[in-house]
This record gives sequence, C-alpha cells and structure tokens, in this order.
Amino acid sequence: MPEKKITLSVSVNGVAHTATIEPRMLLSDFLRHELGLTGTHVGCEHGVCGACTVLLDGRSARSCLTLAVQAEGVEIETVEGQGSVDQLGRIQEAFRQHHALQCGFCTPGFIMAITDMLRHHPLESDEQIREALSGNICRCTGYEHIVNAVRELARERGPLT
Amino acid sequence: MSLHDHSVELRPKLVGKRVKRTEDPRLLAGVGQYVDDMAPAGMLHVALRRSDQPHARILNIDVGEAFSVPGVIAIYDATDLENEVRPAIPTSRMPDYYATPIWPLARNKVRYVGEPVVAVVAESRYAAEDALEHITIDYEPLPFAIRQVDAVKDDAPLLHEEAGTNTIIRREFKRGDVDAAFESAAVTVKGRFRMTRKTAVAMENRSYLAEWDARKQALTLYTSSNIPGVIRDVLSGCLDLPGTRLRVVAPDVGGSFGGKGSLYGEEILVCALARKLKRPVKFISDRLEDLSATSQAFDELIEAELAVTEDGMLIGLRADVIGDVGAYSIYPWTAALETVQVVSFLPGPYRMEHYRGRIRGVLTPKPPTGPYRGVGRPSSTFAMERLIEMAAGKLGMDPVAFRRKNLVNADEFPYRTASGIIWDKSAFQECLAGACAHVDYPNLLLERDEARRNGRWVGIGLASYAELTGIGSRISVAPGMPINTGTETSKIEIDATGTITAAFGIASHGQGLETTLAQVIVDELGCKLEDIEVKHGDSALVPMSSGTYASRSAVLGGGAATLAARVVKSKVLRAAAYLMEQSIDDLDMHDGTVTSRNSNRTMTLKEIASAVYSQMGRIPRDQREDLAASETYDPYLGTACSSTHLGMVEVDPETYGVKVLRYVVAEDCGKIINPMIVDGQVQGAVAQGIGAALLEEIVHDEQGQAVAASLADYLVPVATNVPDIGIVHIEADLPNNVGGFRGMGEGGTIGAPATIANAVSDALSHLGVSVETLPVTPDRIFRMLQARRDPAAAVTD
Repeated sequence: MPEKKITLSVSVNGVAHTATIEPRMLLSDFLRHELGLTGTHVGCEHGVCGACTVLLDGRSARSCLTLAVQAEGVEIETVEGQGSVDQLGRIQEAFRQHHALQCGFCTPGFIMAITDMLRHHPLESDEQIREALSGNICRCTGYEHIVNAVRELARERGPLT
Repeated sequence: MSLHDHSVELRPKLVGKRVKRTEDPRLLAGVGQYVDDMAPAGMLHVALRRSDQPHARILNIDVGEAFSVPGVIAIYDATDLENEVRPAIPTSRMPDYYATPIWPLARNKVRYVGEPVVAVVAESRYAAEDALEHITIDYEPLPFAIRQVDAVKDDAPLLHEEAGTNTIIRREFKRGDVDAAFESAAVTVKGRFRMTRKTAVAMENRSYLAEWDARKQALTLYTSSNIPGVIRDVLSGCLDLPGTRLRVVAPDVGGSFGGKGSLYGEEILVCALARKLKRPVKFISDRLEDLSATSQAFDELIEAELAVTEDGMLIGLRADVIGDVGAYSIYPWTAALETVQVVSFLPGPYRMEHYRGRIRGVLTPKPPTGPYRGVGRPSSTFAMERLIEMAAGKLGMDPVAFRRKNLVNADEFPYRTASGIIWDKSAFQECLAGACAHVDYPNLLLERDEARRNGRWVGIGLASYAELTGIGSRISVAPGMPINTGTETSKIEIDATGTITAAFGIASHGQGLETTLAQVIVDELGCKLEDIEVKHGDSALVPMSSGTYASRSAVLGGGAATLAARVVKSKVLRAAAYLMEQSIDDLDMHDGTVTSRNSNRTMTLKEIASAVYSQMGRIPRDQREDLAASETYDPYLGTACSSTHLGMVEVDPETYGVKVLRYVVAEDCGKIINPMIVDGQVQGAVAQGIGAALLEEIVHDEQGQAVAASLADYLVPVATNVPDIGIVHIEADLPNNVGGFRGMGEGGTIGAPATIANAVSDALSHLGVSVETLPVTPDRIFRMLQARRDPAAAVTD
C-alpha cells in the first residue's frame, strides 16, 4: 500500500531535481516517469538484463533494483548525459561505427556499463572485454560488434593508470 | 570475415556498402520512442491477474477491497467485455482444424498458467498491482495432459471441448514409396529428436497503449508489434471499427524475433478499455508475464528415420512428429505455422526421392506456440542434420563428403522437394565448400584429433539447410491461414521542397530497414541518402501490409521500393525533359541532380520539385504529374536462401559444460544491401541458435506450472557464451526477382542448434552417446552418460 511520500533531491546528468515520491518507487521508474528521461530502459525488473544500468556516483548500478530514495544526494548519470542526436558521445559514436546495436533497447544500459568499464577495467583482451560485458544482455547483436566497439574504445583509452 | 571485401569492390552505388544506420542517433542518444516511453495526458495503466492454474473452470471472482486502493478506476473480467469485443478467429483451410477463439480475458475456463483473467485499471501501475493483491479467484481444477504424448491420446482430457479433440492439426507429405526404400537400404539410422520449448525474449517486453479520440470516435493503438497492419485488420473486426477510424502504430520496437508477431489478447483489451473509459490505456508486460504469456516456440517430438544406399546416397526419409502447440491456435498464423513447417522442410537441401512426413499438432495447457526466428526449421534441421551425421558415421564416410554427394546440385535447379517446396538457384554446394575452406577443414580435423589425444573432448559439427524467404503469393507463410503474406507496398513521394518520403507497411524492429530501404531507393531514384525519410510501422501508411517477419522485408519491401522508385524517377525525368528542353533518353539523375548527355545544363531535384508543384503554369497542365508512385511487389514463389554452418566445441569432462571454440557461417542471401547489417543479423541469429542449443528452455512441470520465471531461470546467451563468428558471403545471382535480394534474418537460428548438436555428439562419440534433445545442458550430458553406464539408473526427459 502507498506510504507517506518523501522528498528527494538528486542530480541527474548535472541537473538538480527535487521531487516528492513514494518511498517504494524504483529509480528506473523515477527517471523514466517522473523526470521523463526515457532513455533508461527496463528489460526485466530483476537485475539480470542490465538494460536499466545507470551510474551512481560514477559506478554502474541497476536502476530497477534501486529505490529512488536511495539516490538522495547522489550524482546520477544516464544515457541522455552521453550525447545528443546531433552530437553523439564517444561511446555512442563507436557503437554506430561498429553496428553494435540493432533494436537499441539494451543499448543505453550497455553504454552506461561500458562507461564504468572504461574507467575501471583493464579490458586488455577480448576475454576480459567479454567477461566485463557479460552482465548485460543483448538479444540482437550476438555481442561481436559490441566487443569490437569496446576494443577500439579501450585501445583509445590506453592502459589503466 | 568475408570472401568479398566490400570496401574495395567497385560498386558505384549504395547497395552493397556499409552505410551507417540512420536510425542509430536517436536510439544511441536515448531518445528513441518505444511504447512505454509515451505518456499521453490522462493515461491509465492496466495490470493483469493471470491464471495460476493450467486448466480450470472459473467459479467466482471476488474483487474484495481492491477498489479501496487509491487510484483504482475499474476492474474487469471477461463478462464485462462480452458486448464490447468480438473474438479473433484464427481460421485455416487445413482439414480437421479447430480455430480456437481468442478473447482478451479468459472466459469460463483458463487453459494455461499465465492466461489473463482479470484486468485492473488504475492511475498508476503501482496502484493497479496493489489492487491485484485483493482479488480472489475460485477455480474448479480440471484434468489435463501437460505432455504432448499424453494430450494426443484419444482419451486425453480435452482443452477445448468444442474441438472434440486435442489434435487440431494433421498434415502428411508423401512422395514415392518410402517403405520400399527402407527395405532396400544398406544403412538406416533413426532418432527421437526434441527441441524443447523456447521463447523469444526480446529485450523490450510487449507494450501496448491505446488512445481513444472522442472527437473523431477513432482509436489509435501504439504497439510493440511487428505486424501492425495485420493487427489493424483483425482489430477492425474485434472492435467493429472501420479502418479509417482505427490506426495501429509500431513506433521504435525493441526486438521481436517472432514473439511480437502475433495478435495478443492484451492488444484487444487496451483498445476496448480506452474506448470504454475514454482515456488512454497502457499495458506493459513485465518479464515474468513475457516468459509465461508471450508466444513460445518449437516443442516438437520428431521420430525420424533415414535410409541410405551402400555408396552413401540418401533414398528415403520417414518421420512422425507430434507438435505441442499450447493452449490456443495463434492469430493469424494458426497452430499450423510451426508444426507443418517441420515436416515440409525436413528433407532439407538434399535430393530425396522417397519421403513420408506426418505431423499432429496437439493442444496442451501451455502458452500458445507461434513464430520464433527460424520457425519449424530449427527443429527440422536439427533432426535431419543429426541423421545425416549419424548415417555418415555408420557408413564410415566423412560428413562433408556425404553432404556434398547428396546436396542438390546447381544443374538440378529448380528442384522440387518431396513436400513440394521449390528450391531455386541457390548456392547449396558453394556454402558447404565455403564453410570448409574458411576453417581449413582438413586441418581442423587434425586439430581436433590432436586435442583428443591430449584427453580433451573436442568435436566438430556441421549443418546445411535451405529456407524459403521473401515468400510471394504462391504459397502462404502458414498453410491455409487468413491473411495475405505475398505482397508489400511502397509509396514514394517527392514533396514540393524536393525531399522524398518513402512509406512502407513493413515494421522494422532492429533490422535497420530505414537505412537499407533508403539505400535501395538512392540507387534506383538517383537521389541523396539524406533527402529520404523512410516511414514504416504504421497501418495508415499503405492500404494493407502484413509486416516484418519470415525474412521478407528486404525482399518484398526492397522489391516494392525498387518498383516505386523507378516510376517516380520516370516522372522526374519527364518533368526535367520538359524543363530542360532535352530528350528524356539523354537524361539521368544521380545524387539528386539531373544531368543531360547533350547539355551542360543541370537541374536539382529541389528545382524540379519546385517547378512541378509550386510554380504555377511552369509545366503545361496536361503534362504536369505529381512526383509520386505507389507500387506493390509480389515475388510469387519466394527465394531460397541457403547456408552451411560449421562449429567446433569442447565439452568439459568435469563439469560437462560446452564451450564453442570455432564457428563459421557460409551463406547465400543474394545481393547484399548492407554487409554490416547482414553480418549483424548472422551473428545475432547464431547467438540465439547457440542459446537454443545449450541454454534456453521453457519448462512446465507435471502440475502444469511454468518453472522458468525469470532471466535467471531462462538463460539467454551473454557475451562469454558466444564466439566470434566467421562469415562467408556467397552472393548467388537470383534471376526473375526484383532487386535480387534473398531474405536472411532467420538463418543463423536455423543452422546453429543442429551444428552444436552435431559437434557435441562428435565430442562425445568415444562415449557412445548421441545428442537428441536440445538444449544439451550439463545436466543432460550427465544423464546421457549415466544412462550409458547404468541404463537402470537413467532418468530421461
């Protein structure tokens, strides 16, 4: 049953938002339906598929397994913060170049997970790249083109310092 | 990797180029628009109470305190909608068939766990789900047979009493004297093959939003469907609304693989409720609902037997198949779609004089089976290709040489198969040779043998198959069903600003058709790619369309686009000839500019469009014509697409886990529009085929309950399950076909299960077991080996 609403203050892609919500509201629903940031997708609501992946203070998290109120004071990053239709971000551009998306539904989750990977994972071999990507499900591509895109991005980045 | 290097091949045109997709920027930037991304003012949400019984009579529904939940608007069961909708009837001309009526909510009885029974409408999905908790349904459990081998029996409990039987599909194909062929055979092999039940698992769950326009008394349904035209046509009957007041739109759609390619009761439901409540109504399936109520796939039991001469020629094939079609015959494809294709395609790409294939499609209390990437042929190819390798083994022949001997040769086309399918010119032998060359087959055998000497369980498997794609009007995609699958329409218009709108009925949901169809139009019309807007997925665009499925959109959509673009181009050139005072024969258009062989004068498409539309009197009224055309293409027979897959696997002797070490696909999809997209389709389809072979399984227990309730139970491949796929493109010429395109979206799913099954069987050959059930999970390998060691202790499927 609905409980007493709570006021929440978060930063999403650098923009501050304040909202009054039910404490049980999922972060994925909050982003999509309260803020209208529908780039974050919901594929399973049980934390397996990774389509809803966002960054919380720089680390990837399943927004479908996170309550919005847990994000109080947190810096949230979503796919909308990566670039726009007329100016894609670097990961987005690599995905386009390598045809690493088909239906596009899982793509925002991959892009956010890869953002985290590029900051924190060595990604020195295809094996490491595939291991890192294995927390996200894509049903269209068979992953090979995604691996190609990440390999290029990891090369550009160079070794983790 | 490809035999052709498309980047350096001299191709003056866009067809054949790796053009980056025009749909990508919106999808990458997170501003694609899937159904759940829409939120019109006043929108209501539906949550469904689904059956927890496999077969039961509904005695009473008590809503309890459900209305006390703030935000609850209405609660309905089937009786409330009795006068609002008519059922969809999946009719068929198949003899002895029964068309199960499809209603939005269960009427009187439930027939599978997951069937919708009660709909709660509320201001939010949270409130609607809260209200579901208050509802109590009293059921009287009814007897049922959950396995097809039981449901097919004469005394089995009936799921639909009106049918008088559970066996609603019966079909037999016969050629020659198969029993005599078996008597004369030097070698026979047989097996009992089973591809267990699968489901599509598109990453976007099924999603529907209906809006009622009270001013026009008109309805718009936004749906994650890949057949919006079919949905419009059938809903027109269900809702008693003319097509002019009913529009069905598939916006961005997050994959389908067949799972979103049939009518669903929830689509009827949201439309009826939006009209009744005069507010927008949305239903978004969650993953549990997807796994328990989206159409499922395969689930045939195939007993098949192959007869071969001493020198390795196939002479006879006989098969008895029981298909488990689930609780309803799906609309529009009917229960004949999956089942009949198993026996019509079973002989594969091989010469086969004597054949008898019989199928019985049986109702069971499970979600209906429907289209899933490959339809029928993953099962038939699995059975046939296992038999091929079993026979080769028994004869002591190499499986490649054995296939080469029996594949239909180029000089035998057109070849009529034992079931009446016509194989036209397709590269059967070249695909086999191409796959072997790619991996250096003789060397791969040495590599395998070396690994085996080191105690590793390594095996190689192949599968060759052919499929009919881009099917025209000669045969129906599913035999006897109620819709036309043989045509598609393209409407191309140049507007007054000189830009081009190309409208189609097909509904791209990941295939990149906005890009590939534009590539085709650029080459035919001579315009710029960026000047084309491809519209699709909207029933209002063309008079009729059956959508995107069955590897047809490049063939039929591309063919229609070619025809329409040619007509529009002739109109552009006629106008240009007048305006430029040139003979039309001297003119051509390229890159949006008309040039003349006899003059330096040029005109851009923008200038011509302006002259035609906006400059009154510039062209005499008896010569002025709109720069537009609508053309419909019917490829009549359809095109054969063929392929050979070759894989090498390793089975872990400790865990029985299977790892795919090498994989190559050699395929002939005719002229390739965009090699990058074709590669993506092959890779994705092979991944799904690997999933079907090693991981994916919908299980119903003896109580009829669905055991796989999450993606932690129903395992689909992740990046570590799939190897890089070698791809060999063989672009065989395709005469008598506009554009020369063959369909290729499904093939990977057809070849991979058989290939993996053969490779795993090869890896385990020293242990004397043969893979006959997929997925071949570690548990199944354990049980096969246990049964081999101690038959008394064996627990089989």
